[in-house]
Amino acid sequence: MPSLKDLKNRIGSVKNTRKITKAMQMVAAAKLRRAQDAAVAARPYAERMNAVMAGLAASVGQSDSAPRLLAGTGRDQVQLLVVMTAERGLCGGFNSTIVRLARAKATELLAAGKTVKILTVGKKGREQLRRDYERYFVGHVDLTEVKRVGYANAQGIARDVLARFEGGEFDVATIFFNRFQSVISQVPTAQQIIPAKFEAASTNALYDYEPSEEAILADLLPRNVATQIFTALLENGASEQGARMSAMDNATRNAGDMINRLTIQYNRSRQAAITKELIEIISGAEAL
Amino acid sequence: MAVQFDLVSPERRLASVQATEVQIPGADGDLTAMEGHAPTITTLRPGVLKVVATDGIKSYVVIGGFAEISATSVSVLAERAVPIEEATPALMDSFLAEVRDAASIAEDKDAAEKTVADMMALRAATGA
Repeated sequence: MPSLKDLKNRIGSVKNTRKITKAMQMVAAAKLRRAQDAAVAARPYAERMNAVMAGLAASVGQSDSAPRLLAGTGRDQVQLLVVMTAERGLCGGFNSTIVRLARAKATELLAAGKTVKILTVGKKGREQLRRDYERYFVGHVDLTEVKRVGYANAQGIARDVLARFEGGEFDVATIFFNRFQSVISQVPTAQQIIPAKFEAASTNALYDYEPSEEAILADLLPRNVATQIFTALLENGASEQGARMSAMDNATRNAGDMINRLTIQYNRSRQAAITKELIEIISGAEAL
Repeated sequence: MAVQFDLVSPERRLASVQATEVQIPGADGDLTAMEGHAPTITTLRPGVLKVVATDGIKSYVVIGGFAEISATSVSVLAERAVPIEEATPALMDSFLAEVRDAASIAEDKDAAEKTVADMMALRAATGA
């Protein structure tokens, strides 16, 4: 049975926790707005890019001269997994779901006898993967200092990945991130970026290409990698804030419940103590 | 007598206006798109994009990307795009550094060097 003083301290500390989680929830809500706006603003570019690339890929992709970024190296022996997570915790299952998906993929690939390389973006994923997969780590991108994810960040990651591809370090690259659906639902997603995959091309109007289709494709493929990574980063950003918002909402509610329970316990103990003292006084008086 | 002109960068939409003509710095040379232009897709070299809209002329510095031209619309997807008023020498220097960086890992050295040269010319033209 905790003493009255203990209970009182406990209630005070839970109240403080509730204040903090409440504040974090509100901050996350504000950041979510911004992250969502950024994701929406980036959509026209990504969509248009994808449409044009799909058209080009459909017409050039079959030929032998197709760029390696599209056609691949002809092997799938060495697989690069780019695991994109958050830099911070306290966001519910956000990081864990991504890591779980990546881990499943890595296990599957290893079982199939492939070589796995892991590039981590965001330190939370790195921490979670370290125990089992540290020997597969090939690099890490730190975004701790980045306040707002910009296209330049995506370009940096893309450049790293492309340089490795040029250097023959891997055959297939897949990115892992959380796709934002709503505040309560984020879908962990694996997306293959090298060799590039496109959704079925809609046969659009016949275009003149200047310079040639092949040259345009060669120019745009690396940019497309950056665009896909950028989209993933933005989706991740919105998902992180959404996940944090709902996690903190739950935490606030739990803290409230706990305060109620503790308060009842405190009142009961107080009353019990008073009753006990009264009984002592009365029985003392009767004994005389 | 106008085409729908859109200029988008990965981060945002910079312009969406009715324009009578759009001068595009294409990779194989400048071209002007007006209503009824044959459908064309061209990549961009670093340069200045000029839009003659119904409410005046606007210029943008664009780097990388491509333009999709049809009879009734012009969409420019530029990896970097800023209104020319905002193109300070410092910004242009950072772009130049970026282009050089990209050139160092590019597959096609000739094309990359041309881009760097274009970028330097662009910097000289705007960084007065």
